[in-house]
Amino acid sequence: MSEMDSKFAELHQIIEAHKDWPGALMPVLQAAQEIFGCVSEDVQKVIAEGLGVTLSEVYGVATFYAQFSLQPKGEYVISVCLGTACYVKGSQAVLDKLSEVLDTPVGSTTPDGKFTLQATRCLGACGLAPVMTINGDVYGRLTPDQVPAIIEKYRTPA
Amino acid sequence: MDIYRAHVLVCGGTGCSSSGSATLIDRFNEKLAENNLDKEVKVIRTGCFGLCEAGPVVIVYPDGTFYSHVKPDDVDEIVTEHLLKGRKVEHLVYVDHSTHEQDAEKSLDEINFYKHQHRIALRNCGVIDPENIDEYLAMDGYKALEKALTTMTREEVIDEILKSGLRGRGGGGFPTGLKWKFTYQSQADQKYVACNADEGDPGAFMDRSILEGDPHAIIEAMAIAGYAIGASQGYIYVRAEYPIAVKRLSIAIDQAREYGLLGKNIFETGFDFDLNIRLGAGAFVCGEETALMHSIEGKRGEPTARPPFPAVKGLFEKPTMLNNVETYANVAQIILHGADWFASMGTEKSKGTKVFALGGKINNTGLVEIPMGTPLRTIIYDIGGGCPNGKKFKAVQTGGPSGGCLPESLLDTPVDYDNLIAAGSMMGSGGMIVMDEDNCMVDIARFYLDFIVDESCGKCAPCRIGTKRMKEILDRIVEGKGEEGDIEKLEELAQTIKSTALCGLGQTAPNPVLSTLKFFRDEYEAHIKEKRCPAHHCKSLLQYKIDPEKCRGCTACARVCPAEAITGTVKQPHVIDVKKCLKCGSCMEKCRFGAISRE
Ligand SMILES: Cc1cc2nc3c(=O)[nH]c(=O)nc-3n(C[C@H](O)[C@H](O)[C@H](O)COP(=O)(O)O)c2cc1C
Ligand code: SF4
Ligand code: SF4
Ligand code: SF4
Ligand code: FES
Ligand code: FES
Repeated sequence: MSEMDSKFAELHQIIEAHKDWPGALMPVLQAAQEIFGCVSEDVQKVIAEGLGVTLSEVYGVATFYAQFSLQPKGEYVISVCLGTACYVKGSQAVLDKLSEVLDTPVGSTTPDGKFTLQATRCLGACGLAPVMTINGDVYGRLTPDQVPAIIEKYRTPA
Repeated sequence: MDIYRAHVLVCGGTGCSSSGSATLIDRFNEKLAENNLDKEVKVIRTGCFGLCEAGPVVIVYPDGTFYSHVKPDDVDEIVTEHLLKGRKVEHLVYVDHSTHEQDAEKSLDEINFYKHQHRIALRNCGVIDPENIDEYLAMDGYKALEKALTTMTREEVIDEILKSGLRGRGGGGFPTGLKWKFTYQSQADQKYVACNADEGDPGAFMDRSILEGDPHAIIEAMAIAGYAIGASQGYIYVRAEYPIAVKRLSIAIDQAREYGLLGKNIFETGFDFDLNIRLGAGAFVCGEETALMHSIEGKRGEPTARPPFPAVKGLFEKPTMLNNVETYANVAQIILHGADWFASMGTEKSKGTKVFALGGKINNTGLVEIPMGTPLRTIIYDIGGGCPNGKKFKAVQTGGPSGGCLPESLLDTPVDYDNLIAAGSMMGSGGMIVMDEDNCMVDIARFYLDFIVDESCGKCAPCRIGTKRMKEILDRIVEGKGEEGDIEKLEELAQTIKSTALCGLGQTAPNPVLSTLKFFRDEYEAHIKEKRCPAHHCKSLLQYKIDPEKCRGCTACARVCPAEAITGTVKQPHVIDVKKCLKCGSCMEKCRFGAISRE
């Protein structure tokens, strides 16, 4: 079975398990986002069929929530906190610097598919503000001049 | 149960986890085993202690020594010195920011940060292992549920909550007992209780810490609420961004089921109750009650007009009682200790305590729980330790995107629902962000509107279009393109949006602008009329200048300038071409003679 096939098999299992739940669409979409890294049209179709709802309903929900992305994300997802505590302590400058170093606008993925740069709201680590995460690793008390070295670490894998 | 002679409490809250507390736990266990202490000393991972600024935090009991900023390499020393030989590791002991005191003999309650606090909602946070139901039970856990089910009628439970004066901690401040009563009075074959753990205020993490540090308190309270209103099923709606909270809550629910505290026939009383977790997916508006219920139903999280109120027609069209996490966190204590006990704390119309997430330009970033009526000044200076680096305090923001910024002159305001509104802000869910002289208040207002524009669901025009217009005006003001009349336009738009938006998000969206206009109007005017940012924050309005008197002509600045904006010959005063200057600030950092200034 190819990797894609096994992912779809997993999705079918999730759909089966949630089918009779009230309000199953959200948990199923969340699982799909987790499995595929995004909810593409193919995935939406499978979900619509499996849960017996229209594709437009699935699309409507998938586009409403920020957590679901229709396109795949980069290998490393960089999330800079623009929550109030971080903003007040200068996280915008960190975000600007990242955008400059990666040469990509906020909310986009680099052409080589390596980095996705995005802004998020409070990560709950306000004590370390300004904060960013790269695939879940937390970097705190950031200043813009630390950015190039951090990115370099991910560009050249050890 | 095993008896240990000492306990090492390691904070497993989000802040400390981010700075590596999990590694500390592993290291402690390793080192204790190496020294044959693992049967004598127990390591416990707790929820947030509150003083996240000092993280990772470790407390050693029975003596209560408070270690801060602990690194993995420090663990050896704590084990071999403190735990083996009984000598405290002085250099790791927490230093009080406000007094610069480092006193190993001081217990937790004597530290300034904790001294003014009173912990009800946070009582178990940082005290028990949230993944172990036995520890919750040892702290009188589920006794309130037992008391309610076995000795009180449903009406008595509701009455107790009513009399306590508890009001909703999610922002609105609606009397909790009344909400319970209304839902109780609704007739239906099925009712639901729900918990709002969507915590949307960006910069606040009270609810998260309660869920992470004391999940059983929420489960117990929801079961009590279910009994009172007649619901057998509950939902907890948690932000997807809170993975640790979700995990601990799931563990807690499983354990409660195992112990028969959730499920069928609880305490042999015939009462059935169970809980499910539903995850949010990154939409601030889903914190609004009708939107939240649509989201649980698996739909787009758009608000709908009320009435009908959820107490009549909520989740899946059934009567539903929604409370915030912190509201629930008070319930078991009220049932156990009585309404009078709770009502003895606080002010006339705001009873009990409130948890705040203190952040921004403040020394002691973290979570604080204070009795209602505590003045802002006490929170910011005595507990928070004031602004770092000797900077001057400018404003404190409460209420998140729906709230306002209060200036120095209002710091003696006692914190409660009504006083904060009277002062020009609101209680909100508990975000409290301190700003200093370097923060531009116009930019802060713009920041909040930016958030609103991002998060507006787009269903109604005043909010969708009106907030965008307001943001455009603010964008232009911070870029130095503000025009005469912009302030009046902002005020006009604000009033229209407030009175015509469909849900609370839109209705309160203009508040940060209105409050900054009220208290910091001069900053707006300086931007518009003088094209000047008094806080030296707004880039477009900055000007870098070289003082010819001070310039030695060393050329250092010209060499770092990315825009080649600086010219001059060696040993002659240099000049900056303001048209070319990108305002990056590099030259100012480089000049060793203090010749470059910014204004
Ligand atoms: C835009 C908007 C966002 C909200 N966000 C939250 C939230 O994150 N958490 C919360 O508990 N209440 C939030 N509320 C308030 C809820 O609608 C509701 O009043 C509250 O959860 C009721 O619980 P309480 O009475 O215990 O406070 C929000 C309201 C609005 C209008
Ligand atoms: S006020 Fe804003 S968030 Fe609320 S319904 Fe209207 S558009 Fe949506
Ligand atoms: S670095 Fe300072 S002293 Fe040297 S040329 Fe520039 S302004 Fe003059
Ligand atoms: S602020 Fe930056 S761009 Fe402007 S003169 Fe100085 S170094 Fe050059
Ligand atoms: S505001 Fe950034 S972590 Fe809380
Ligand atoms: S997360 Fe450790 S003290 Fe708050």
